[in-house]
Amino acid sequence: MSVIEIHSLTKRYGKHLALDGVDLEVERGEVFGFIGPNGAGKTTTLRILLGLLRKDSGTVTLLGGDPWRDVVSLHRRLAYVPGDVNLWPYLSGGEVIDLLARLRGGFDQSRRDELVARFKLDPTRQCRTYSKGNQQKVALIAALVSNVELLILDEPTLGLDPLMEAIFRECVVEAKGAGTTVLLSSHILSEVEALCDRISIINEGRIVETGSLAELRHLTRTTVSVETRRPITGLTRLPGVYNPTVEGAHARFSVDADAVNRVLRYLTQFDVRALTSAPPTLEDLFLRHYKLQEGVMR
Amino acid sequence: MNLNAYTGTRALLRLILRRDWLILSVCVILPALFAVVTVATFNQLLPSATSLEAFVSETANIPAEVALLGHIYIPTIAGLTAWRWSVYSAVLVGLGSALFVVRHTRTQEEAGRFELLDATVVGRQAALSASLLVTLGANLVIAALVAGGLIVYGLPVAGSVALGLSVAAVGATFAAVAGVAAQLTERAGTAKGIAVAVLGIGYLLRAAGDIGEHSVLSWLSPLGWMQQIKPFADERWGVFVLFIGAIALLTAMAFALSSQRDVGSGLVRPRPGPASASLRLRSPAALVWRLNRRSLLAWAVGFAVFGVVTGDLAKAGADQLTTSPQLLGLLARLGGSSGVSDGFFTLALTIVVEIAAVYALVTTLQMQSEEKEARVDPVLATPVGRLRWAGSYLLLTIVGTTVVLAAFSVPAGLTYGLSVGNVGYELPRVFAASMAYLPAILVMAGIAMALYGLIPKLTFLSWGALLGIIVIELLGELLQIGQSIQDVSPFTHVPKILVSEFSATPLIALMGVTVLLMVIGLLGFQRRSIG
Repeated sequence: MSVIEIHSLTKRYGKHLALDGVDLEVERGEVFGFIGPNGAGKTTTLRILLGLLRKDSGTVTLLGGDPWRDVVSLHRRLAYVPGDVNLWPYLSGGEVIDLLARLRGGFDQSRRDELVARFKLDPTRQCRTYSKGNQQKVALIAALVSNVELLILDEPTLGLDPLMEAIFRECVVEAKGAGTTVLLSSHILSEVEALCDRISIINEGRIVETGSLAELRHLTRTTVSVETRRPITGLTRLPGVYNPTVEGAHARFSVDADAVNRVLRYLTQFDVRALTSAPPTLEDLFLRHYKLQEGVMR
Repeated sequence: MNLNAYTGTRALLRLILRRDWLILSVCVILPALFAVVTVATFNQLLPSATSLEAFVSETANIPAEVALLGHIYIPTIAGLTAWRWSVYSAVLVGLGSALFVVRHTRTQEEAGRFELLDATVVGRQAALSASLLVTLGANLVIAALVAGGLIVYGLPVAGSVALGLSVAAVGATFAAVAGVAAQLTERAGTAKGIAVAVLGIGYLLRAAGDIGEHSVLSWLSPLGWMQQIKPFADERWGVFVLFIGAIALLTAMAFALSSQRDVGSGLVRPRPGPASASLRLRSPAALVWRLNRRSLLAWAVGFAVFGVVTGDLAKAGADQLTTSPQLLGLLARLGGSSGVSDGFFTLALTIVVEIAAVYALVTTLQMQSEEKEARVDPVLATPVGRLRWAGSYLLLTIVGTTVVLAAFSVPAGLTYGLSVGNVGYELPRVFAASMAYLPAILVMAGIAMALYGLIPKLTFLSWGALLGIIVIELLGELLQIGQSIQDVSPFTHVPKILVSEFSATPLIALMGVTVLLMVIGLLGFQRRSIG
């Protein structure tokens, strides 16, 4: 059963088309990555899901309800961390955590204390004295402390240091273990790679790709770096090879998944001494999509 | 002196002008406009020397007028203009100057914008010196425009210049006061509060000095100095030395304080807050209260001080009048000495309720800043509906406005009642007369809510509406504004209980308008996108 179902969702801000027919489906219990560059439409989509923004057209179903009409009842079942966390400057971090969790319907004190300790947050400080990362921790703890079906996290690790990022990942894994569905928007690719079962890539208000990481990797190229005894020639003529740079006995290029075998065979005739190949990172995948869109790719 | 600390002043000066050139231009032109309108009106109103004499001798002996505006020093059109125009203008110019300085110093600092600037080649004193310089410049332009306008209108040159400069000097003084206040606290709101409180005390000291036997009190207030310059009545230029001294001293103090502290901090260090929220903090209404209780207390204290002083002045005014035999006729017309103090309270109330309306607008429009700063998002992402959230703010507006009106009227009624030995009679009357304004003030909040809910970009119009109403209230009779225009103001319809009959109909009508506006606003708010 789907927790989130979005079909041909559009949203305009004046003349600017922020969402141009977005389709998105998040299954119960999965961690779903929603990635794209700034301004791609991630936050707009999430804010429509939260009933903060009005959609222009399309259908949106959240936990079986209408996110605009059934705001109050749906919000009992989810928690949200905004991308741009702004807290009340003269409330302490502890007060904000308690307030937001209570508004959502109460929380378990020991769970709250545990999270505060794990994220190493000083809850007595006034929010204005917190760094960006600490404000983010407050919002995260306030969301994670509640027992909900769905977590909607908009760029949740922005400003967190690597240690805290690791703790955040633990928390997401735990939440998943407890059966919580997580919708995670991000442009930090390692995070999405480490956490998500499936991802959607959004760019300029359109979903450009959806699938599991394995599925998406299949579409992308492996980067090969090779050293041979004799200089490599004729690489540019091989089908499926892209952006080759050859410096004497050293070459770098990327290669389509279905051309790997053929290219390796070709390389052996130059007497291979060393070869490294990197699996495509999400970053490659990301860049490739944008380049395709911009028509930069040859 | 470390000159490096002032590096970048010029760049910041340009930044301030670029951000605020429009509002500055409007604010700089307005005083001159009002000055010219005042002369024109007096010219029209009092065409002959006899009518002038009569007007002067009549108003000069009404204590309420003296308390509100000070003495008339010379019975000419020019003298009347100086009297009628200067105090209100100086209060507004002083207020504007103070708020402007805080806006470009502590407000920026609180928002963290200086972190960005201070990392560049901008000295730590640059923001303070730039905002003081712009404000000083603006005040000098005001002086020039006022003087120019009056001279063109044919008023004596020396007096016109003195009048313009005297008001500008008040503006510059309160700019310097705000410069100091901005160093003291981390919160821009508190800094504004301090500056406004100093201005209020200055006004009250002048009022008390002018009306009472202790005219020395007036000399403790920059507004008193301004009047002692006596434009058109053989100007006393020496009084400007007081202004120059005060401005120099306050400015030096501001710079000294600013050089001693860290960026972002005040003289008071931030205290740690509670590690967990109190058990009551569990609803949007509780949040709104938690965010506003301190400021409501500050407002209430201010209104209470004003109430005590008003009650006291009412007594003093009534006393003075009864000892003045030539005024027996006037006294009879006003219905005895209690009639005089009732008139005084009624007049004082027109000012008090306008300030209370400012409170109502500030609290209502706080919703907008919560939305702009995206602090409303996490709240509305919980099972808190929009109506409940906005309703919490409207509740604060209603309760808070009631509190500030009570904070004024109870001390005012008590002070006056005790002094005339009739608390049981006076207190309920003054209280009721104040509370009668509640529906009219809430109409203003309703306008703000309707705009916020429907077209949030236009909420500034609610301030425009209040400004228009203030002009109608303060200058309506002087400018002979027609009744149909006066009727636009909700305050016009409030029964002035102390001096005329009580009537419930207008109050019910005003409440109806309030409810209607608020419901429209809430419905609009529920339908539109947030942010």
